[in-house]
Amino acid sequence: MNIEVKNLAKTYGPQKAVDDISFSVKTGEILGFLGPNGAGKTTTMKIITNFIDKDNGDVQIQGDSVSTGNFKKNIGYLPEHNPLYEDMPVMDYLQYCAELQGVAKSKVDQRIREMIKLCGLNAEKHKKIGELSKGYRQRVGLAQAMIHDPEILILDEPTTGLDPNQIVEIRELIKRIGRSKTVILSTHILPEVEATCDRILIINKGKIVADGTADTLRKQASSNVITRLQISGAALNDIRNKLGLIPGVKSAQIMDLDSNRIEIESDHNIAEVIFRTIVKSNWVITEMIPVETKLEDIFRDLTLN
Amino acid sequence: MNQSWTIAKKELRSYFDSLVAYLLIIIFLAFTGFFTWISGNGDIFFRKQADLNVFFQTAMWTLFFFIPAITMKMIAEEKKSGTIELLLTKNINTLNLIIGKFLAAFLLVCIALGFTVVYYITVSRLGNFDHGATLCGYLGLLLMSAAFIGIGLFASSLTNNQIVAFLVALIIGVIFMFVFDILAGVQGGWLGELFYTLSINEHFSSISRGVIDTKDIIYFCSLTFLGITLSEYMISKRG
Repeated sequence: MNIEVKNLAKTYGPQKAVDDISFSVKTGEILGFLGPNGAGKTTTMKIITNFIDKDNGDVQIQGDSVSTGNFKKNIGYLPEHNPLYEDMPVMDYLQYCAELQGVAKSKVDQRIREMIKLCGLNAEKHKKIGELSKGYRQRVGLAQAMIHDPEILILDEPTTGLDPNQIVEIRELIKRIGRSKTVILSTHILPEVEATCDRILIINKGKIVADGTADTLRKQASSNVITRLQISGAALNDIRNKLGLIPGVKSAQIMDLDSNRIEIESDHNIAEVIFRTIVKSNWVITEMIPVETKLEDIFRDLTLN
Repeated sequence: MNQSWTIAKKELRSYFDSLVAYLLIIIFLAFTGFFTWISGNGDIFFRKQADLNVFFQTAMWTLFFFIPAITMKMIAEEKKSGTIELLLTKNINTLNLIIGKFLAAFLLVCIALGFTVVYYITVSRLGNFDHGATLCGYLGLLLMSAAFIGIGLFASSLTNNQIVAFLVALIIGVIFMFVFDILAGVQGGWLGELFYTLSINEHFSSISRGVIDTKDIIYFCSLTFLGITLSEYMISKRG
């Protein structure tokens, strides 16, 4: 199911939580929602799930507005802070959610078994939710969101509180699900969006500041290419001076004298020219690494100003 | 309706999983039992009449405190813990949600009243016993409980603090139990008539005397309905 967000706006008192944002998500796409705290991620998600009402604009699923059409059965939602009934055992809770979502009686048991397997809850399934560790609570939250096999998954910070192994597992899980469904997830863990999402949406102060894949964002953010080299065969200073003369090179700096490392910043990719120059001069090249602009830097660039 | 039942089952289970249900039922039975049988002054043996009037009076007052204690957490806690967000984004409409919670509280009251059937059986063997009037008394208690539950749910939907919900429910209860009664006493004319009609006390005592009047039934049903509708409104109005 496709989601279309059009000119969405929401104001809390004097503060514009969401300010005229538009984007769309297609089936089979995982959209990562990035932004500093208070940027409007959660508000947007709450409006998409129709938990709160918008002020302006519209959210449409398959062309129908979420505030008039009933899409609750098509949406699986993991709210921020993952609220759960502490005194309910995991199995009972999942059954409760399945029944509320209208899963057919004959299928409830099967769905619960599937979710417990999928989310790795088998060892904890008879415990009360209040007794679970944060990571397991998060899994229960994911399980309840997916229990009715929804077409759309809205996950507000799905991996908070998980240990690194669990994070990898949950990411894999989301990726697998994302192939056939529409997924929107929010996070402020940057490597996470890169690892899981097909597309990244960065919002800041209620406005969209970037929209695209990690690669397109990188290209947009900086046109400079940084290349790291490890070269021997001549004095490092001479090498640097010579490389600095190549057309297109903006700067060439010695990073580390002991290991003969040089960093070259150029306005386009000149790896080939660099390589030829080195070969012609009879130097030995042992390392040549293109340095990618970090998503962190892009994020800081976009959200600090 | 299926979903209301799902909610009701879950709520009831959570009362019986914690001590709340047992405590409330024990307190209810202890109170009504004490005043009905052994308080001395005013109990059944003192009055020397085979009826349950003492029980109905005590039960009314016990339920008056008992019901806000049941309903106070029903919506307030969901709001506080954030689970209301889970519930409302599930495929259930708000009215069914409230009806489910209402059912749970009502069933709990029924269970508590169910234990007092023992009183009924005992007293009915003691002497000349009016079965009709006694059944009316039970009907009155059930109708009044439904109204109190409506009020309690509404109070719970106003806040995310259980204590506040409890107190607000009591205050509204006091208004319907006393204030309208008192106002009816001091006010004459149509206004006095109106206050008289609004008082729970009047309607309850007329039913428990054994007179079933559609007016009384309509009164309790509309109070219940109002409570449920207002709670639904309070929950729907958000963000």
